[in-house]
Amino acid sequence: MERTNTRSAWERQLLIRDKNRPTIRDYLPLVFEDFYELHGDRGVGDDGAILGGIGRLDGVPVTIIAEVKGRNIQENKASNFAMPHPEGYRKALRLVRQAEKFHRPVICFIDTPGAFCGIEAEQRGQGEAIARNLAEFMSLRTPVVSIVLGEGGSGGALALGVCDALAMLENALYSVISPRGAASILWKDASREQEACEVMRITAEDMVDFGIAEAIISESDTGVSNDLDKIAENLKEYLVKTISEKSEKDIDLLLKERYTKFRKIGVYTETHR
Amino acid sequence: MLEDLFKTVTKRFNGDEPDPAVPMFKCPRCGTSTPQQKMAELGKICPNCEYHARLTAAERIAITADTDSFKELDANLCSADPLEFPGYAEKVTELQQKTGLNDAVVTGLCTIKGSRTVLIVMDSRFMMASMGSVVGEKITRAFEYAAENKLPVVAFTASGGARMQEGIISLMQMAKTSAAVQKHNEAGQLYITVLTDPTTGGVTASFASLGDIILAEPKVLIGFAGRRVIEGTIKQHLPDDFQLAEFQLEHGYVDMIVRRKKMRSTLSHLLKLHGYTAEPLKEEC
Repeated sequence: MERTNTRSAWERQLLIRDKNRPTIRDYLPLVFEDFYELHGDRGVGDDGAILGGIGRLDGVPVTIIAEVKGRNIQENKASNFAMPHPEGYRKALRLVRQAEKFHRPVICFIDTPGAFCGIEAEQRGQGEAIARNLAEFMSLRTPVVSIVLGEGGSGGALALGVCDALAMLENALYSVISPRGAASILWKDASREQEACEVMRITAEDMVDFGIAEAIISESDTGVSNDLDKIAENLKEYLVKTISEKSEKDIDLLLKERYTKFRKIGVYTETHR
Repeated sequence: MLEDLFKTVTKRFNGDEPDPAVPMFKCPRCGTSTPQQKMAELGKICPNCEYHARLTAAERIAITADTDSFKELDANLCSADPLEFPGYAEKVTELQQKTGLNDAVVTGLCTIKGSRTVLIVMDSRFMMASMGSVVGEKITRAFEYAAENKLPVVAFTASGGARMQEGIISLMQMAKTSAAVQKHNEAGQLYITVLTDPTTGGVTASFASLGDIILAEPKVLIGFAGRRVIEGTIKQHLPDDFQLAEFQLEHGYVDMIVRRKKMRSTLSHLLKLHGYTAEPLKEEC
């Protein structure tokens, strides 16, 4: 059965920032077969921060979209520390539309500190690119499953997070703003990020409590962090089960449920005066 | 004669000297100071650079909707502080008292030169119109209502982004509102966005960027990332016109820049061009 994760949000933050934390490049060969990477948004270029391609999951053809963390400085340079530009999100959109055409389920892996903040990103419409994905993924006529592998940083994560089922690796975090950013806004002191980490409610358990994630994927039975083989095995097991479940559903019902999944999120009071 | 000249100089000098008793508006674009009274007469537009300054939701509705046509929807939604975030509940109460609003958006039904439309107006006085549960829910309901009733939506956006104090729930409002826009889109109805000062962050990255037609007021700030965040990342100063409406027009993210004086007639023409004709004043049945 599932273990209880005793790590604090801050300890998890340190763990997922660790350079030895497995990335999508590690998981790919262990979870999928026949993977072919496909490049480019057909407009501006190819964004190294988002990887896309086709492959098989337990024999079933799927489209894979993933934010790419690097394990060393060269890799991080190539993937811009997993901070996508608009063309990365547009590449993702191109490939999920292709998936829809060929009735392939889509699997998105989220692992980003956030969408890139820079001049070119603004010039090329970072906001529009994210918005477009939110709207288009919502009506994509094929199942979509998303998994947060490590950092789920704000809009840059959500752009791959409109899905039929969301799972969190047990140490993964999902937040509207980095703890550092929250601390600087809240207390005008970025160094209080550890404190902010605990206030923000960003853990996998929090996501399940809020109804944002449906599942937590266990990383290890032994409690040892960053156990690649074990995580890959658990990831695959979850994906095979969930993809098959979602694929069996009538597509119109699936779309209705996808809409409802997001529609019901919100906490407010309503008085009738 | 010399005395006269002296008098004139003194007069002019004194005339230029701002009177501390007169509240002034300092333009964030060109730095020109204008008495607030004068700004109000000018419709809150900087006389020097045409920067279109922020309006309250009530002011915006008054210059957009036909007189007495606005009927508010979902007026009684209030934030419920899901994270029990330090200081948030107090801040909301304080702003409710100060602004007379329950949260940062007002939605409703109105006519614009006779065309029935759903109107969404954000008010930056309320926590910089950040989007939390209430803003997300009201906007979603407005689009759903419009989709069901085959009505167009006109949304005046202004926002600092997602409401950090509601954590991940506020992030999800981006998906929720975008989904509602998509639903309205699939119902074949027109959505016009009007970007006003400032439209940034999670609102830019959701419903604000999804209009069939996107208008903006002159010189307003529109962008995804904050200026200081970008300057911090790239370690250089950004040009003054970065992320202004004109920048967005140049880069293809805005269809038209429309002055406030022309906004109502432009909206009316666009609505009518899409078949939303003026209805007879008397409602049938």
